[in-house]
Amino acid sequence: MTWVLNNLELIGSRTLSHLLLAIPAIVASFVLALPLGWVANRYRWSRATLLTAAGLLYAIPSLPLFVVLPSVLGFGVRDRINVIVALTLYGLALMVRSAADALASVGMPVVLSSTALGYSAAGRFFAVELPLAGPVLLAGLRVVSVSTISLVTVSSLLGVDNLGLLFVDGFQRGIIAEVLTGIMATVALALIVDGLLVLAGRALMPWTKARR
Amino acid sequence: MNYFSQAIAWIADPANASGPNGVWARSWEHLWYTILAVVLASVIAIPLGYLVGHTGRGRGLVVASSGAARALPTLGVVTLVGLVLGVGLIAPMVALVLLAVPSVLAGAYAGIEAIDPRTVDAARAMGMSEWQILTRVEMPLGLPLLIGGLRSATLQVVATATLAAYVGAGGLGRFLFLGLKTQDYPQMLAAALLVVVLALILEGVFEISERVTARRLHTH
Repeated sequence: MTWVLNNLELIGSRTLSHLLLAIPAIVASFVLALPLGWVANRYRWSRATLLTAAGLLYAIPSLPLFVVLPSVLGFGVRDRINVIVALTLYGLALMVRSAADALASVGMPVVLSSTALGYSAAGRFFAVELPLAGPVLLAGLRVVSVSTISLVTVSSLLGVDNLGLLFVDGFQRGIIAEVLTGIMATVALALIVDGLLVLAGRALMPWTKARR
Repeated sequence: MNYFSQAIAWIADPANASGPNGVWARSWEHLWYTILAVVLASVIAIPLGYLVGHTGRGRGLVVASSGAARALPTLGVVTLVGLVLGVGLIAPMVALVLLAVPSVLAGAYAGIEAIDPRTVDAARAMGMSEWQILTRVEMPLGLPLLIGGLRSATLQVVATATLAAYVGAGGLGRFLFLGLKTQDYPQMLAAALLVVVLALILEGVFEISERVTARRLHTH
């Protein structure tokens, strides 16, 4: 506890840079997964191809991806953009499947009747399919957000500033309190963001609450 | 692209292949860690998942705690247990088991939960005991989803087992951390490629076993 009180400023700044890595990646993977999930459902060949690719993406260990991306993208090794891109890829690996499942969960009668009502394809997607797919999308987004926030810590092995540096530093100097603080701060951050997502889901999709 | 060819050359180099620190030995070690972690996680998670799935109690608790376990940063658990119990295999093994448990647990209880309740009621009406219902009806019918859970757990563990080398254990992570320290990118990339190959092999094994169980369930 004394370690925490003595290092509050450090914990605060690490938490902030942790969020600045995680949130862009979570948002990017959500936004990119929607069209990919749509394509996955549209054609029979695309579903198997996209979902297998997503599954294999998840098998790439994160540490080397953090190291290899700089040379592929042309940024410096410790540039935060590498970490964000890598985390977005992992987020996509989970989110594409969720998005495909979510959009598939919208019933065909609903889609057909909204077409009959005169919706254009794009209008139908945004006004009918997207809101109805919302609950399943939210479930996927919650998994992505929790695992991204936890995965950020691996990039600290390369010296990128985030809560994971508390593990690296604490391990090297043998300070158990520091490692423990890092774990609790990461879990707390993940749970807080998760709670915010649930609240946002209730605000945006009030009908899911009424059904229960 | 240049790094890729250098990495392939690194793997193909006979000097890196054999010996206790060779590609073969480290790959076996990596595979062994993965299997051990998934087996240990199964010993914990499958009975618990069956209990939750069969009785229908404690589902909320299981979902909440798997969510919290997902949030646990593996690197943090590895370093924490490493500091408390010393370097070696125990620290990464604890972390890998914690990583694998949520997926296996979800697969075990979801497999039972997904069974049509009428099927279970029919078994009960035929006079089966609760134990018989579990072992003869629920376990076989829930097998596909359980295998799915084991599959995602294995995939996560095989990718994350690289962190074991950070606290002095072996596995393919050895090459990763050595490459990181000496800025030897081809070696790091080679280690990553080997992990992906290992993951592909394990995926293949699961793909086959999923097809076999699916066929068995349909012929009965």
